[in-house]
This record gives sequence, C-alpha cells and structure tokens, in this order.
Amino acid sequence: MTLDHHGQLLAPVDSQLVPPSAPIIEQIRRAKSKATLRFRIVFLATWLAIIGTLALALAGSFDGGFVSEWLGYILGGVGITVLVSVVSIAFAVVFAMLGALGRLSNHASIYAAASLYVSLVRGTPLLVQIFFVYYALPEVLPPVAKVPGIYLGILALSFNYGAYMTEIFRAGIQAVPRGQSEAAQALGMPERTVLRRIVLPQAIRIVIPAIGNEFIAMIKDSSLVSVVAVQELLWRARRAGAQDFNTFEALTIAALVYWALTIAFSLVQDRLEKRMARGDR
Amino acid sequence: MTHVDRPDYPAAEMPSHLGSVIVRAQGIHKYFGDLHVLRGVDLDVWQAEAVMLIGRSGSGKTTLLRCINFLEEPTLGTIEVDGVRVEADPLGRRSKGHREAIRKIRLRAGMLFQEFNLFPHMSVLQNCIEAPTRIKGVSRDEAVATAEKYLDKVGLLEKRDEYPARLSGGQKQRVAIARAMCMGPKVLMFDEPTSALDPELIGEVLKVMEELAHEGTTMIVVTHEMHFAREAADRVVFMEGGVIVEQGPPEQVLNEPRDDRTKQFLRRFLATETGA
Repeated sequence: MTLDHHGQLLAPVDSQLVPPSAPIIEQIRRAKSKATLRFRIVFLATWLAIIGTLALALAGSFDGGFVSEWLGYILGGVGITVLVSVVSIAFAVVFAMLGALGRLSNHASIYAAASLYVSLVRGTPLLVQIFFVYYALPEVLPPVAKVPGIYLGILALSFNYGAYMTEIFRAGIQAVPRGQSEAAQALGMPERTVLRRIVLPQAIRIVIPAIGNEFIAMIKDSSLVSVVAVQELLWRARRAGAQDFNTFEALTIAALVYWALTIAFSLVQDRLEKRMARGDR
Repeated sequence: MTHVDRPDYPAAEMPSHLGSVIVRAQGIHKYFGDLHVLRGVDLDVWQAEAVMLIGRSGSGKTTLLRCINFLEEPTLGTIEVDGVRVEADPLGRRSKGHREAIRKIRLRAGMLFQEFNLFPHMSVLQNCIEAPTRIKGVSRDEAVATAEKYLDKVGLLEKRDEYPARLSGGQKQRVAIARAMCMGPKVLMFDEPTSALDPELIGEVLKVMEELAHEGTTMIVVTHEMHFAREAADRVVFMEGGVIVEQGPPEQVLNEPRDDRTKQFLRRFLATETGA
C-alpha cells in the first residue's frame, strides 16, 4: 500500500515499485529532529529544576563568606588529587600487567602468587589497606615511618587498583586472537618477543577504555588518602570546614569539584576513544 | 605403531628439477585427547616441489601441516626441516633445547593461515620487517629492501605504509606471503589460504602462489582448490582418516585415482563443486 504526499491512498497498482515520495521522507526527518530537540530541552529543564530547587532550599544555610574566604584554599587541593590519581593509575597499570602475566603463567608458583595478590587485595577494604600501609607497616618496618603520606597513599591506591585491573588485563590479553601469537611463533619469534611485540600492544588497545573508567573511579577513591594527611581536595575541604563549623559548605564544594573532575575526564575519554576508533586498527 | 601401507611415490614420476629432501615427516601420530587424528604419516617434500594436501575436513591435513612447524606438538614421530631434526616430545616437556630446535624449524618453514593473521597494529612494511630485524638480526635498511622486493612481487608495494585494516582479504593474504618470504624460508606452508576469501578475491592469491610454485619455491599447500592443484602441484597427496591414502602427480591422482576412497572423495567433491 502506498500513500501519496497528502497521505491519501494510491491505487495498489505496482505498489512495491513506487518509491516513497520525497515529501514523506522529509516529514519523517523533521518529526524525528523535533522529537530529539524536545527530549533535550526537557532533559535540561529537569536538571535545572532539581538543582535549582536544591540550591534555593539550601541557599539560606549556605555561608557565602566562607566560600569567598576558603574556596581558593580548597581548590588548591585539586592539583594533589589529580597528581595522586595519575601517578597511582600509572603504577596500577604496572601492577596489573605483572598480575595478569602471573595469572596466565604455567608456573604454579607464579600463578599462585598472582592469584594470592588479587584475592587478598580484592578481599579487603581499600581504607583498611591505606591505614595498614600508613599506621601498621611502620610498626614492623620502622623506616617506613619516615616516608611521607603521599607516597604511601599512592602505594596503597596503585596496589589496590592493580589487583582489580589484573583481571581486566588478563581478559585483554586473552582477547587477542590466538592466530596472532601463532603467526608470530610461525615466524620464529621466541615467546618473549611474541608477548612483548605482538600480544601486549594489542591487549593494551583493548583495555584502554577500561583503564579510563578505572581512572575516573580513582579520582574519587583518591579522597581516601586524606586520612593519611595527604593535603588533597577532601583533606583541605575538611580542614577549611572545621575552622568555623562550615562542614556543609566545605563538603558541598568538594563534592562539586569531584563531580566536575569526573565529568571533564569523561569528555576527554570520549574524545580519546573516538580518535582511537578512527585510527588504523 | 602400525604404519598404514601406502603406495610409494614412484621415483620415475619424480619431476626432474627436484633436488634434495627439505621436509621429512616420519611416523607422525597426533592425538587430541582420545581422538587419534594422525595415524602414522610419512611425508617427504623435495626441494622446489609443490605438494598439495587434499582430503575432506577432519582428514588430518591441517593437523599434519601444523605438526611440521610444531604449532601442534606431534604425539609421536620425527620432523626434519632442512637438516634440523626434532623428535616429538609426547609429554610436552618443553625443554630449552627442544624449544630452540622448534624455533630453528620455524625459521626454515614459513606458514600462511586461513585467517591471514597480519599484525593489525603494524603497517604492511612493519609486518614484513618485524621478524627479520628482531630475530634474524638483519639491519633495518636491508630488511626494508627485502620487504619491498617481496611486496613488489605480490603486487602490493604501493600499500607498504597502509595498515592491514585497510586491505582486502586477498591483499592481506598476499602481504602475509610477502611477510613469510622475508624470512627466507626453505619451505612455505599454506593452510587453506583462500578459504576465508570472497570468491572474487581467490584468484589473485592463487596467481601469486602459482608463480611461486613455478619459480621453484618449495611449498606444502592444504587446499580445496582442485583446479589450482592441477595447475600448480608437482604432487597431490590425498589424506583420509589420518593417513595418506594416495599420492602422485596431479594428473594421476585427480584424473585416475587408484584408491576407492580417493575416487569417492573426488566424485563427491567435484559434484558439489559443479553443483554449487
């Protein structure tokens, strides 16, 4: 059955041969873009309504003076937060790579060690690990007491994330088609070269999006190292808030900054992934 | 161990341009679990000879090929490639010496796969020079010159800086051939090199292979392309049930097969081929 562009039924002669008329297609397109636009407007309006209501309701108890006095100080922690996150994720990648190779090893002892690492670290809370490294470790290893909290915090964060990312890396390595290592072996490459030159480069491409997600989680979890006196965002917010009992303002600022950071990095990640998808693969 | 009798390849039928034995597989057995896939295969391949392995799927021809360069460890038997002799290590205890010997065999036996297996993160040229520079210690300039020579030979020199994702299947397989040639192998082994290709792309790959065969490249080819076997083979080997049933010059095996199993296979195969 075919409709003409006034929506009237045409004679059913050769109905399959008559192409849909151009005006109909144009109408459909216009209707679709209108619907998309409306969806976006409602989305934005809903956000503004909820956030605006919250802001108005809380504005009364929000101390503007505190903000002007302490905002700069709190924002000064953003650098440390980002630094801790970046360095920790970098070390976590190293731990994860070693962990994944261990989990794929045929040597029972290597496999066992890697499995123990993953099980132990994933089976205990990150906060306990941070406390452990900072407070408990110096009792058995006195020199650790001299190490600044930021190093120990980075150690705990990267060790913890490395265990989670071990499984990501293992899956990434296994996702490289078997034919790749067979082709490399058939060319006479020793196993080490096959791994380093053929398998790992392809595995890393596979896991990069997942590393991005872990990094976003890391930005938030880095707030935990505030408990070992690392002067990052949350630590500064708590300190500022404690001055005159402005915890509400201080933590609101901190939360908003974390939110902004994760949104910003999500955008960067989107771009990176799009560019990688465009690239040669 | 019982070797199934097979008609010997009569010396009189051996093409005169053939030299010494390059590949010698002796008494090859292969089990996958309880499945006895190769049941005592002996195969000698002479220098400059093009040997085509045919047979229905599951007959063991691909497994035989993969046993020759130890992508599958034979359960029993001996492989010798260009003077490097390796005994099967049935318990899979891959000692260092065993691994090194296998690597020596692989350096002498190039392999082409159904799925091409080009390295997707490397350009065509990098694909070709990676192994020569890294493991043969060839200088980069020399490796590039060799790569360009073989890329030109397969007609893809202008693609040297492309990545595999931008090549057609036929082009990928031709690059894979060039990549294998860059290692200077004594024998090229092809595992159904055109089975993953769209029909219109098969010809360009077979043409390159036929050229190589006519130039005297030693080749072992697992194939279902009977026309190609007829044109390019010096010897056709028919396998069934994990043994070599019949072998000889293509005219003989393909036109006047002696064994009933060969006759049956060819009858069915040609019927489906023309019926398709």
